[in-house]
Amino acid sequence: MTTTAEAPSLIGTSGDSLREAFGKALSELAGEFPKLVVLDADIAGGTGVHHFRKSHPDRFLQFGIAEQNMMAAAGGLAAVGLIPVVTTFAVFCLRAVEQARLSLAYARRNAKIVASHPGLDVGPDGGSAQALEDIAAFRAIPGMTVISPADPLEMAQAARAILEFDGPVYMRTGRSPAKRLFGDDHKFEIGKGEILRNGKHVTIVACGVEVARALEAAELLSQENISARVVNMATIKPIDAKLLARCARETGAIVTAEDHNILGGLGGAVAEALAATSPCPIEFVGMKDEFGASGEPEELAQHFGLSAPFIAEAAKRAIGRKGKR
Amino acid sequence: MGLAKPDYANIAERGDAETSVALGALERELADAAAFTRKHAIAAIYHAGSGHPGGAMSSSDLLACLFGAEMNLWPDNLKDPHRDRFVLSKGHGAPALYAVGSHYGFCSPRSALKLRKLGSPFQGHPHVLDLPWVETSTGSLGQGISVALGMAMGLKLQKSQARVYALLGDGELQEGEVWEAAMCGAHHQLDNLCAVIDYNKLQSDDRNDNIMRLEPLAAKWRAFDWAVAEVDGHDIPQILKTFRRAAATNGRPSVIIAHTVKGKGVPYMENVPAWHGSVKLTREQAEEALTALGANRLEIQEFLDDNNG
Repeated sequence: MTTTAEAPSLIGTSGDSLREAFGKALSELAGEFPKLVVLDADIAGGTGVHHFRKSHPDRFLQFGIAEQNMMAAAGGLAAVGLIPVVTTFAVFCLRAVEQARLSLAYARRNAKIVASHPGLDVGPDGGSAQALEDIAAFRAIPGMTVISPADPLEMAQAARAILEFDGPVYMRTGRSPAKRLFGDDHKFEIGKGEILRNGKHVTIVACGVEVARALEAAELLSQENISARVVNMATIKPIDAKLLARCARETGAIVTAEDHNILGGLGGAVAEALAATSPCPIEFVGMKDEFGASGEPEELAQHFGLSAPFIAEAAKRAIGRKGKR
Repeated sequence: MGLAKPDYANIAERGDAETSVALGALERELADAAAFTRKHAIAAIYHAGSGHPGGAMSSSDLLACLFGAEMNLWPDNLKDPHRDRFVLSKGHGAPALYAVGSHYGFCSPRSALKLRKLGSPFQGHPHVLDLPWVETSTGSLGQGISVALGMAMGLKLQKSQARVYALLGDGELQEGEVWEAAMCGAHHQLDNLCAVIDYNKLQSDDRNDNIMRLEPLAAKWRAFDWAVAEVDGHDIPQILKTFRRAAATNGRPSVIIAHTVKGKGVPYMENVPAWHGSVKLTREQAEEALTALGANRLEIQEFLDDNNG
């Protein structure tokens, strides 16, 4: 298990954005996965796959600004034995959810959808571009695995993992420079959550950009003598229900944190899992069923209540509800 | 079992007296296959208590020509990566696809009468996990052509000579995704892709013209830089020739606009939009349809008896 205690020097160090880390990883993996082809809708510079376009132009397929056709065509490419990776912004993946449903998931194709620019992390482009519904939409599709890594190293590992995995996957990357959270001994595994920091009063379960904020929140809480456990839940579906049940049992309160609507995303997945096994107080940090706006990601996190102090407050609320009906 | 494509291509390209006899025999066999397809689809829809008969009738001759002659796709080469592929983009035409497939040995005709029943692989719209030979799952209009395009692109990348055929409905062309695929197919010069349009001029609620005009349809496809052919979709010799010409096209995808009659072969259905949609056929309606399609008393009983559905 990798904990921040073992690699404290990395916390706060800015690395590549997740999209850059993904794009570079794909280029490196191309030799090992000869069936890999990358699909783009005129946005490779944004999604990070310009690296792949440069290294493997013959396996880079341009679809123009036409995401519905691109998404369904991935089903055809997979049907003839290739491993298509569909890349565009998360908000445009929403445009092609039905194509992903019918032509990828229902047909159980070995196709991957990798979405950059999720959530408020998009920043200044504003509300229209900030996908805060994608995890909910893709999670509701049977057989679709949903992943949101937290740091560049984990992103690179996840790029390999989804290519090794046989089945449809939706994975978020990220736009902003991402902090390094994990040491080189980190091991991403689909379906496995990981305790990054131990604690006994409450567990903060986070994914994507919120993992770094959850670690900050745990630090804030420790100054008030509250011991918060932090879990990186990089796979939202299938969720690590076993780890969640253990955390609920051992800490008695849960906070979820995600750069996504609190409806249907990580929070929903955690609540569903715990309702079935170990009900306990849960507080949800994320977008409260509203749209985003223009601004820098950190400003937006502050404005909409996704930053560390809000997570810490939610933790206190969850702890306060322990033992109450 | 029909003739394999290489034989057919040979026959079509020669044209002496001997081959014209063989071609005549093939055309008669395809006409039989189309007639069986219509009858079987009517029976299946009767047993199911719902289904879309109009488009099944209009597309039967096209399907017979594809499965019986044009495509290199047979039950025994389904695992061959270089087989031709067929995608029913107009997924509601499933009863005709199951019928033609059962005629050519992809499934048993009797099992394919269990249309739309719980536990049956013959769902209301084709599903590839239930029936691998349908190649992909369809039923949401506009997606099948994109999947077919992806197949064509992938086959070319892998240096395969296989061709990909997609059958689209005319109303389906109102989906924007079709035109995304049209632009993409031409851009990538997918000459191994052939779209066939079952242009029966009617859609769910009314005539195309009253819902959303498609004309000038050939000009639209030409403008997208596809090789366009128009054909009488019930004239088997003409359909066969058109497919051969499409297969010889270089550097561009082909589209065959097949002018068809909705409900073809069943007088009370022909050109009546009400028979597009999912309908329940009474025993009398089913018998009248089968009679019009040339079924005799015994055949009608075999198709419609309760133990079949």
